[in-house]
Amino acid sequence: MSKIHVSTTINGDTAEFLCDPRETLLDVLRDRLGLTGAKEGCGTGDCGACSVTLDGRLVCSCLVLGAEAEGREIATVEGIAPGEELHPLQRKFIEHAALQCGICTPGILVAAKALLEKNPDPTETEVRYWLAGNLCRCTGYDKIIRAVMDAAAEMREAA
Amino acid sequence: MALDEYKPQKGGDELEQGHAFKYVGTRPDRPDGTDKVTGRARFGADITAPGMLHGAILRSPHAHARIVSIDTAKAEALDGVKAVVTRADFSDAIQPAPGMAGEMWNVLENVMAGDKALYDGHAIAAVAATSALTARDAVKLIEVTYEVLPHVTDVDAAMADDAPVIRDGTADKSVPPGLHPNVVRYHQSGHGDVATGFAEADLVIEDSFTTEATHQGYIEPHACLGILGGDGKGELWCCTQGHWNVQKICAALLDLETSQLRVTASEIGGGFGGKTTVFIEPVALALSRKANKPVKLVMSRAEVFRATGPTASTSMDIKIGMNKDGTITAAQGVFRAQGGAFPGAPMEFTAMCAFAPYNLANVHQVGYDVMTNRPKQAAYRAPGSPMAAFAVESVIDELCNQLGLDPLEVRLKNASREGTRASYGPKFQRIGLVETIEAAMAHPHYSAPLEPGQGRGISCGFWFNHGGETSVTLALSEDGSAQIMVGTPDIGGSRSSMALMAAEVLGIPYENIRVTVADTASLGYNEVSHGSRVTYASGLATIKAAEAAVRELCRRAAAKWGIEEDAVYWEDGYAKPSGPNAGDFEPLHISKITRRMGATGGPINGHFEATPEGAGVSFATHIVDAEVDPETGSTKVVRYTVVQDAGKAIHPTYVEGQFQGGAAQGIGWALNEEYIYGADGRLQNAGFLDYRIPVASDLPMIDTVIVEVPNPGHPYGVRGVGETSICPPLAAIANAVSAAAGVRMRNLPMSPPRILAALEEQSGG
Ligand code: FES
Ligand code: FES
Repeated sequence: MSKIHVSTTINGDTAEFLCDPRETLLDVLRDRLGLTGAKEGCGTGDCGACSVTLDGRLVCSCLVLGAEAEGREIATVEGIAPGEELHPLQRKFIEHAALQCGICTPGILVAAKALLEKNPDPTETEVRYWLAGNLCRCTGYDKIIRAVMDAAAEMREAA
Repeated sequence: MALDEYKPQKGGDELEQGHAFKYVGTRPDRPDGTDKVTGRARFGADITAPGMLHGAILRSPHAHARIVSIDTAKAEALDGVKAVVTRADFSDAIQPAPGMAGEMWNVLENVMAGDKALYDGHAIAAVAATSALTARDAVKLIEVTYEVLPHVTDVDAAMADDAPVIRDGTADKSVPPGLHPNVVRYHQSGHGDVATGFAEADLVIEDSFTTEATHQGYIEPHACLGILGGDGKGELWCCTQGHWNVQKICAALLDLETSQLRVTASEIGGGFGGKTTVFIEPVALALSRKANKPVKLVMSRAEVFRATGPTASTSMDIKIGMNKDGTITAAQGVFRAQGGAFPGAPMEFTAMCAFAPYNLANVHQVGYDVMTNRPKQAAYRAPGSPMAAFAVESVIDELCNQLGLDPLEVRLKNASREGTRASYGPKFQRIGLVETIEAAMAHPHYSAPLEPGQGRGISCGFWFNHGGETSVTLALSEDGSAQIMVGTPDIGGSRSSMALMAAEVLGIPYENIRVTVADTASLGYNEVSHGSRVTYASGLATIKAAEAAVRELCRRAAAKWGIEEDAVYWEDGYAKPSGPNAGDFEPLHISKITRRMGATGGPINGHFEATPEGAGVSFATHIVDAEVDPETGSTKVVRYTVVQDAGKAIHPTYVEGQFQGGAAQGIGWALNEEYIYGADGRLQNAGFLDYRIPVASDLPMIDTVIVEVPNPGHPYGVRGVGETSICPPLAAIANAVSAAAGVRMRNLPMSPPRILAALEEQSGG
């Protein structure tokens, strides 16, 4: 099958790739662009480990085709830390031990960041429902929820 | 923990009494934190090699079928396909044997089917091609002729006279005569005389229970990259709980010399016991050998469900006698467990754990290991124990209800203590069950009022914990910092615990220590990260390795000062003369010694290798409030408290995390999760949409209480904590739901249809 040429923006940088029409955005990020931060936990939109944003909207990259990235802006976990410093969410995740194995962490960070951009002061229930599409099998979510709430509080203070 | 590895732990007396800790018990950031929040950490599927091919596996659509022929010609002819393998590409030197004696053959047979497909999802053949899409296309071109055979997937049905025989001759000598050939192992244990005990009781309750198979549900599917040459030398990168075990099994399955295969454990995205064995690793290596190129194999989620894990499903009969004052006079259990098409369902653990929390004069337990046409069960967090607790603690709850007794008072009254003869044989050393029950009684949760429609349940739980073969090496750098090589993959922050324990011994800052999970070529043998053994055994070895380095540091200081070695002691990172008689010397900082180590006798390292056997058993008591909607049958856990004995919490935040994670998995097991098989023997819910694990909006915060009753078998008192946390939840939730619904729930999961059916049955509907 002939490949499709795609030009896109990833974490602020322009990127070009060729992909099979059947390849997902997740396949492209991981296998063609070397951005292995997004994880494949299911490939069917059920686990959220592959979460990225597409033009600012939170999506499961396993449910988006690589070809759909044409002309869009994609943000992945690799782009969360602004520079040498970690993003408050990243720091709070480490501080609260909001990860055990860490496989769900990239997706949850991307999702949580998208939440706080929409809603800087979410309730516990809002955080729980927003993250309901991101499975974590290790933590029981307790420390994840606390880390997100704490990061939100810190970001509100800094804002 | 594999079945053949359980040894009653000896205890020992390593505990350093009255240790005042400086680092242990603090909560620093984990050393690999930045890697894991930036996407930099490399998990199983995150590595590539130049010239790499992609593999895919063809799996049986049948639950039980003879493989008449496999035609790979069309697949091989597809452009981009570089190799196709079947069972013929694996060792033919491994022979079947009854029971667990045939485990290597069982693993081989599970990795790639021989004459028969034994379950839906059983691997039949595999392909390596230049792209993942081509490999998947090629798999569809393999033509297999099957002769479909009758199948059985239910444990009780598999024991019935008319059940199809899965593999005759698999039963070992433990099985009494007259049982169906699908019953392959048998266990019995206990002491006293249960008949007398039941006769003495004021009330005897006998009841039956079932649990369904649940999957470990790690979010990272199995993934590996294998490189194997015709010279018999290979490299393997994979996500595993134990890479030495992977090395040993792959070498055997492919007729390699073990040491010629170097295995590196990637970061691991959860395991919970499910990544203690191999599934795709030998297949990647066989494909690589044939194609003479590196081969990457990654399972899909459906493959994970169909062909790895799950835990055993069970059917259990419990009989317990109690006096009006709450004393248990006798207890008896029959535990039937199916573990798929191979021996190994952990029925002896189920039997042995069932009554372990209680001091019983009369106790007897029997276990049956039964084969069915399902995937080969794998260990799942305290394998076998949660189901036993569910059945036993449900009956105790019912006894308490009928006798009008407080459930925690009754547990306390009967609790095992130091010196109690365990239901499974040995005498308990120092244990902390009583302390967990007392802490639960004192917890505000236990006395908090309930809302209408809510019920409260409690349960105790027990797990053995494990030591196992362990090697650790510690090397000091010229600047006085330290690197530690451990062989137990870090699944939940164990690098942190190791660094804390080493910091404690060396007296250098936690941040000055780097912990690496070494590959199989860089360190001596290490058993799998299982049995809650890592913080205990690798921790003990880390302490001893650090102590060996400290002894050498003191020796160097003594040589410099020209005094006897035993006139030098180590404190807070300094060598110091031990008193006025030793001489008046300025304390020597570690960095002053290491800077000159090359000139004063060479590099300073510390090693420790052993099979420590003092892993202290552990107990937990959980309290749960659940709310049941009688209209829909749906249940919400509204409050949850875990109280567990950790011995000594090295990094309390990660200990809490283990408690919370175990409780959450238990909630899923109790309320939602189950393998559902159709009449055709096919798994009907091989995905996270239909096999629903708890999500954030399903759960409340999970409160934790860390009890610390030190384990005499560890210098700092550590007991494993990973597994015990999943032992009480099934029972505690079942007791809460039964109280809320007003009907005893005997079958897990307590999904809405089951709750509605139970309510209907009770109202005579
Ligand atoms: S991999 Fe995309 S949702 Fe699971
Ligand atoms: S930390 Fe392991 S899945 Fe979330």
